[in-house]
Amino acid sequence: MLALWRTLSRGVWDQEHLWEVGGCLSADHAIEVEQLTKRFGDVTAIDNLSFTVAPGEILGLLGPNGAGKTTTLQLLLGLTTPTSGVMRVLGLDVQKQRRAVLQRVNFSSAYVALPTNLSVWENLNVFAHLYGVRRPRQKILALLELFDMPHLARCITGALSSGQLTCLNLCKAFLNDPEVLFLDEPTTSLDPAIATKVREMLQHMQRERRVTMLYTSHNMHEIERMCDRVIFLAQGRIITQGTPHEVLTRARSASLEELFISIVQHGALWKPAETTEDV
Amino acid sequence: MWWRVGGLVLRYIYLHRRSMARLGEILFWPVMNLFLWGFITAYMQRLVLPNVVIFFLGSMILWDMFYRAQVALSLALAEEMWMKNILNILIAPVSMFELVLAMGCVGASKALINGVVLGVLAYVLHAFNLLSLGFTLVPCFINLLLFAWAIGMGTMAVILRYGGGGAALAWGLPFLIQPFSAVFYPIDVFPSWLQIVAYALPSSYIFESMRAVLRTGSADPFMLLTAFGLNIVYLTAAAAFFGWMLQRARHRGYLSRLGMY
Repeated sequence: MLALWRTLSRGVWDQEHLWEVGGCLSADHAIEVEQLTKRFGDVTAIDNLSFTVAPGEILGLLGPNGAGKTTTLQLLLGLTTPTSGVMRVLGLDVQKQRRAVLQRVNFSSAYVALPTNLSVWENLNVFAHLYGVRRPRQKILALLELFDMPHLARCITGALSSGQLTCLNLCKAFLNDPEVLFLDEPTTSLDPAIATKVREMLQHMQRERRVTMLYTSHNMHEIERMCDRVIFLAQGRIITQGTPHEVLTRARSASLEELFISIVQHGALWKPAETTEDV
Repeated sequence: MWWRVGGLVLRYIYLHRRSMARLGEILFWPVMNLFLWGFITAYMQRLVLPNVVIFFLGSMILWDMFYRAQVALSLALAEEMWMKNILNILIAPVSMFELVLAMGCVGASKALINGVVLGVLAYVLHAFNLLSLGFTLVPCFINLLLFAWAIGMGTMAVILRYGGGGAALAWGLPFLIQPFSAVFYPIDVFPSWLQIVAYALPSSYIFESMRAVLRTGSADPFMLLTAFGLNIVYLTAAAAFFGWMLQRARHRGYLSRLGMY
């Protein structure tokens, strides 16, 4: 009977099929996006986007609301199917080998929460099972130690502060020792002290474990401090990219914030000559 | 696969362990229902057909088992959505098949616990022995479970596409099916055109079988086999519908909107 279900709903199960992971890893790039386009009806959310992220690199994805940052993350996580183009994460095709990719990456967002009616330990234990973590107890204890919250293990998640919730989300995100971490505005709604602690924690993890990170944020200071490289998006296209220093020099801007405002006001880089070169 | 399915089941064990409201969902409301139908039955026994009205209790218990199993599966996605946890589940290396299987197990466990509690209470309070159905109880339970999974999977598919609004179906759909399932009365009370509808539902055959056993001591195996065959058709259609809706949701970007932005 199960076989019959699988046959008749082939579209679902084939996409979910877990492929062999070994032997197909591209060592050059942790993330490769080639000519990615996503249209929702008449609206083009992502327009022929191509970029790569090197292993261990932190790439900031910037742009005004509606620029296509979140859609790019959703496409890379296989939540949305592209209209055209190819995405590879750790050398694996996101569309064809989605579950193999998901086993090796993780995601944290200020807009996604863990169930508030479970304890911290219970939430992490459930996700340890979902990611097939060996020795989940030891792993959870180690992560709680790392994020300085072992005393909260038995606390109900709903009783945690915003900062503690962010740390719990990050604990969940590091449960499977991800090689690539997708972070969607992870420090939104945190006070400056907690936000700094979270950033330090992420930088520590990146140094220790060489985790590749794709980072979206509206906090330009945070992006300048955290990211090795940034990509500015507007209307689904890359406006400019490079290290924060390169981008600022090219645009003759004093800060990423100034550049951001300029892009929002003009819909593109203010200086056309540099824009053509960048794109 | 079983490790991940176990993880999803574990999440529901944790959830029920500390929530009185959820324990109430399994125990309190069904017991209240049993009281209601028990007293109606006792009253009707005094008036007419003392041996027949006992059917009501058997019907009520089996229907409640079906309802709990169906709601558990139907609301699995909606619940994660309300908790803003759905993206965490969808980006974990868990297939939809594993998710449906886990929720199916949770639903089956709830239905079983329900059946045992109501069966004991019905025996103690109203001298109705559910086990008097004998071995027929097993295929009845399996068939009701399969039908509940088919309805649950269909509802999950609608929730994938329409979000929280689709959750209303989880509670409403069983009550749309109930009048045509011949739960509390035989199929032959329907006008002939409605009998066609009743014969298209696996649940009708189950309740007819239950009444046959209580009345004559045996059920027609053909009825239970027909119910099983219909369940295969419904499950296959529900799985195909679910797959189609999932593809559409991915294509149109609905999945990422569930419980996030």
